[in-house]
Amino acid sequence: MAEVDLAIVGAGPAGLGAAIEAARAGARVTVIDENAKPGGQLFKQIHKFFGSEEHRAGTRGIDIGYQLLEECRELDVEVLLNSIAWGMFDDNRALALKTNNETAKLGVKKTILATGAKENPLAFPGWTLPGVLGAGAAQTLVNLHRVLPGKRVLMIGTGNVGLIVSYQLVQAGAEVVAVVDILPEIGGWGVHASKIRRLGVPILTSYTVKEAIGDEEVEGAVIGKVGPDYQIIPGTESELKVDTICIAVGLAPLAELAWSIGCQFAHIPELGGWVPIHNEKMETTVSGVYVAGDVSGIEEASTALEEGRIAGIAAAESLDYLGKGEAEEMIKTRQKSLDSLRQGPFGEKRKMAKEKLRLLSNKQCRTQ
Amino acid sequence: MSGLRSRWFLSKEELIKLPGAPSMKRLGENRRVAVIECAERIPCNPCEAACPHGAIKIGEDITNLPILIEGKCTGCGLCIAACPGLAIYLVNGAFSDSEALISIPYEFLPLPRVGDQVEALDREGKKVCMGKIVEVIESKKFDRTPLVSFTVPKNYALDVTCIRVLG
Amino acid sequence: MDLRVKNHPILGKDEREEMVTIEVDGKAVSAYEGEPIAVALLASGRRVLRRTRKRKEPRGVFCAIGQCTDCIMTVNGVPNIRTCVTPVEKRMKVETQEGLGRWKESKRTKRKISSSVDVRR
Repeated sequence: MAEVDLAIVGAGPAGLGAAIEAARAGARVTVIDENAKPGGQLFKQIHKFFGSEEHRAGTRGIDIGYQLLEECRELDVEVLLNSIAWGMFDDNRALALKTNNETAKLGVKKTILATGAKENPLAFPGWTLPGVLGAGAAQTLVNLHRVLPGKRVLMIGTGNVGLIVSYQLVQAGAEVVAVVDILPEIGGWGVHASKIRRLGVPILTSYTVKEAIGDEEVEGAVIGKVGPDYQIIPGTESELKVDTICIAVGLAPLAELAWSIGCQFAHIPELGGWVPIHNEKMETTVSGVYVAGDVSGIEEASTALEEGRIAGIAAAESLDYLGKGEAEEMIKTRQKSLDSLRQGPFGEKRKMAKEKLRLLSNKQCRTQ
Repeated sequence: MSGLRSRWFLSKEELIKLPGAPSMKRLGENRRVAVIECAERIPCNPCEAACPHGAIKIGEDITNLPILIEGKCTGCGLCIAACPGLAIYLVNGAFSDSEALISIPYEFLPLPRVGDQVEALDREGKKVCMGKIVEVIESKKFDRTPLVSFTVPKNYALDVTCIRVLG
Repeated sequence: MDLRVKNHPILGKDEREEMVTIEVDGKAVSAYEGEPIAVALLASGRRVLRRTRKRKEPRGVFCAIGQCTDCIMTVNGVPNIRTCVTPVEKRMKVETQEGLGRWKESKRTKRKISSSVDVRR
């Protein structure tokens, strides 16, 4: 059985950040990803990132992806693509992999789970019709595969994903007929909303979708205004001529591996639902198993990268590639960077939620 | 900024109160100045880093709204491409006797060409007047955010932030 | 309705030139080698990818990252292939799958197919 110091499941920003820090400290690192290409969601983020210079603000997500991959290459990090990590065995010292229809076991000393998130569904009559898809799915089709999901789009959800993907659909040549949100205020940042408002894209808050119309695929959508009980007010329905309906109603951690390993979870709505409990070093309640990025709580690519770095440093320390004091200093620096990304009215909730997780983690007994 | 959260765009009155907005005096001069329509506290400061003249100040707390130090602003436009939110543009309020010149980030195809007539849109995307394209700059420094400059009648200088390229 | 984005303000021009031919329900469809099967079908104007078992309802791409299995079709005789993450190979045979799909070959050939057909490269 092949053996590595550290296995990282997921080659998105969190996984690559962890790989870079751990490899730089001298650990033997393998990153495992089920996709044919690494980078996670980064290669779909064609817009420029926020934050500050250390967070590569002003750089497009796609270019940050290339930079991280280059750093991994320079550090001789092994990246196993088309490989699914589907379970841990032998007291969490072996990771089971499926690569091209073959199963193998990889011996590991420490594991970092950086498996990201999945989009939440929203069920309404007609939601199974071809033409109804996740906003992230539309982003994947357009920015990765250069094909439009349709020409006339209804976007459901005004969080940052819904607003940004709406802009990117217009860039690709689609018309966004409307963006609706059941709440009275938009969920995302004002700048993202302003960007599409000035293009003439209507944003309708206190509106929701009633049904998708069509026999074989989406031909239209009915939306309606909602009252304080979030039910559609009869008589306010209107039919939109759209061929595509994108659902942008939030993300949730893709944490099956963490569940199966036996990590303790907490339900934190501000972070997307069920989240594996972890401390400030990103270690879960299972000793030697770390989490980073969206799987540890839904935030952004920039926070994912920083959390990945922290997990990589912590894992390297526990493998004795870094001294305790040295690791503490490095983690302190990265934590400061994370804190700055969680500042302001939008980040405050996430900051408190992460603190809650840290407190829960300290209460738990670490299991082997 | 309650107007921003409920209407999803700023009104002119809200805009000129922002720390990133230039004074009416500067807007009356025949030279470009940055207008930073940044109204929410989010962690972000590449505009400050991009300005070679020190005309934008955010400081240590990167959620601070950017302050425009208009005396130092030369209207070079580097901040426009640096802003991830595409919230900055340039205005020359006295480009000619009758016209103002507006320079916006424009990340769409087709790119307009110099001389084109375009529709000039307000913050709701409604056509306010016609505009004439005067300059289109694509630069490696802008990283695929072209800078498009167009003239509009003077009185619309602060109303227009976008264009619709025709046919 | 051309859904392919040939020129994009950020991604630039699509430099791919050569297309291959795959067979979808007996008809020839052009595709770029290596792009997901579902993408080639979308570009050809086809969004209905499979039918449900009981009520034969149409289904298509939903998550686009291989998680939801709404996009599954039978590829080269192998059922339940996630077309949104499976790359196109020339002369591939793609069929609409109704319900759970079935292996076209006997049990012995079934084992041979699963090891020789590398539909996830």
